[in-house]
Amino acid sequence: MNQSFTSFAYLVAAVLFILALRGLSHPTTSRRGNQMGIIGMVIAILATFVHGGMSGGGIVLIILGIAIGGTIGTVAAQRIQMTALPQLVAAFHSLVGLAAVCVATAALNAPQSFGIGTAHHIHVESLIEMSLGLAIGAITFTGSLIAFAKLQALMKGTPILFNGQHKLNLGLGIFLFVLIILFISTGGSGFLFTLIALVALALGLLLIIPIGGADMPVVVSMLNSYSGWAASGIGFTIGNLALIVTGALVGSSGAILSYIMCKGMNRSIFNVLLGGFGTTGEAAVAGPAGDKAVKIGSADDAAFIMKNASKVIVVPGYGMAVSQAQHALREMADVLKKDNVDVRYAIHPVAGRMPGHMNVLLAEANVPYDEVFELEQINNEFSTADVVYVIGANDVTNPAAKTNPASPIFGMPILDVDKAKTVLFVKRSMASGYAGVDNELFFRDNTMMLFGDAKKMTEEIVQALGR
Amino acid sequence: MTPADLAAQAAALAHQASVLAQNAAGVAAVAAQNAPAAAPFVYLFSIFVLAIFVGYYVVWNVTPALHSPLMAVTNAISSVIIVGAMLATGLHGNGTAHFFGFIAVVLVSVNIFGGFVVTNRMLSMFRKK
Repeated sequence: MNQSFTSFAYLVAAVLFILALRGLSHPTTSRRGNQMGIIGMVIAILATFVHGGMSGGGIVLIILGIAIGGTIGTVAAQRIQMTALPQLVAAFHSLVGLAAVCVATAALNAPQSFGIGTAHHIHVESLIEMSLGLAIGAITFTGSLIAFAKLQALMKGTPILFNGQHKLNLGLGIFLFVLIILFISTGGSGFLFTLIALVALALGLLLIIPIGGADMPVVVSMLNSYSGWAASGIGFTIGNLALIVTGALVGSSGAILSYIMCKGMNRSIFNVLLGGFGTTGEAAVAGPAGDKAVKIGSADDAAFIMKNASKVIVVPGYGMAVSQAQHALREMADVLKKDNVDVRYAIHPVAGRMPGHMNVLLAEANVPYDEVFELEQINNEFSTADVVYVIGANDVTNPAAKTNPASPIFGMPILDVDKAKTVLFVKRSMASGYAGVDNELFFRDNTMMLFGDAKKMTEEIVQALGR
Repeated sequence: MTPADLAAQAAALAHQASVLAQNAAGVAAVAAQNAPAAAPFVYLFSIFVLAIFVGYYVVWNVTPALHSPLMAVTNAISSVIIVGAMLATGLHGNGTAHFFGFIAVVLVSVNIFGGFVVTNRMLSMFRKK
């Protein structure tokens, strides 16, 4: 097939991918955006099928591969629970990383297929791009596997720290860099290629193990970004426009999400990546604990307070996801709305385990998206709220972020729930949140603690409201 | 000048010319090897940089409520790396390339289908009052 025709098809695919992201600017246009993405992918695949020199056997093999992978992917995506979305996405990222490694390996072994030279005589530019694609792909692969294991609770979410960790990582990083230079200057040695892959795989693993569970939104966003850069690297290697453009889109998207997440915690990306947050003796600055009394309430008390309110704001956090309380929560809101109570939801940027996680869970429970607000949109409204129902969130409501410069979360933007008349906290225990700091809100006079599982407590409140 | 001398001079000239021609061919070959690789790189790199800018502006426009679908869909479209995997599998390369190409096709197909399906599932849940 004419080469300028296939190039044109790749350009169309790239434009459709841009439109797919553009569609996400509003829920009403988002589904059409997704369809454009699908069309773009179909065009890119078809254009590659008609590429000159495709063997019949190869085409059969490709169709077989797409059928196998497509079936697995479709089944996984249909069965996955929305609460398990972050680990699904992490698993998907790892696949992109591994695929980049595979394609780089194939390109090294059959450079003529990609028009980048002949065996042992690969163009220098292609060697650079290939080794970068390989290294980033390998880091993405093992890094995402660790993120997956932490999110899926296959390994503990607590940071894994050891002496000399950062020095080891730095050393490995420099070693990797040297290996890449050697690989390029030797004209693409297979041995060095393998070594680059192994070092990058180890580095991906070591980079993610010190990062704690609640920092996973940043990690997942960052790996999203990496998978994009890896795709771009491979795109440069094989000179494919659709890959380069898409890789750049995905790379910048992941980077922006990481930035938004970091800003939501008032921490630098380095602070997050160096890891160990919430583990190093910060409890000392947490202030008095235990000796102060908290007010403990029951579901009946909560129901009574909410029934007499005119405005209730719900603040969901990761605890809601863990106990799958979103459906019960929506039922509660329905009952309250019938009593003419104004119910809204306030979402902190870092609530949950991936960006926008809470929005998806609430949408799953049929909460209309126009009742759900971001921090900047709703923060002024807490002072007019009668009740704030905090379910499974903690650090994002802690006033210490504003008042206590010694606190590890100082400077983090918080939801001003303390300005409401009454704060109801649904929690399993008095345990502190991820940051390892006490929340002084628990001890305030207008706060009532509702101890128990988030879902069970909410269901009990629904029953009590019905009485 | 005898005809023999002339013949000898002509032969020497002819030899020089052929050496020069060989040199020129060598230089041309080097240039030919570099040129097609170098020119597209600058060209592709410009596209790459521009695409980063496009990505930057498009992604800042995405509403925070849809950040999860954004992640799932970017994951799906980054699987356009399947193009490389297909070329490795389908062209007359060698066994190693075919093997790794096929593995890559399977891996990214999981992503393409999984990514678009899960994005669609998420987006279809977002409803207005």
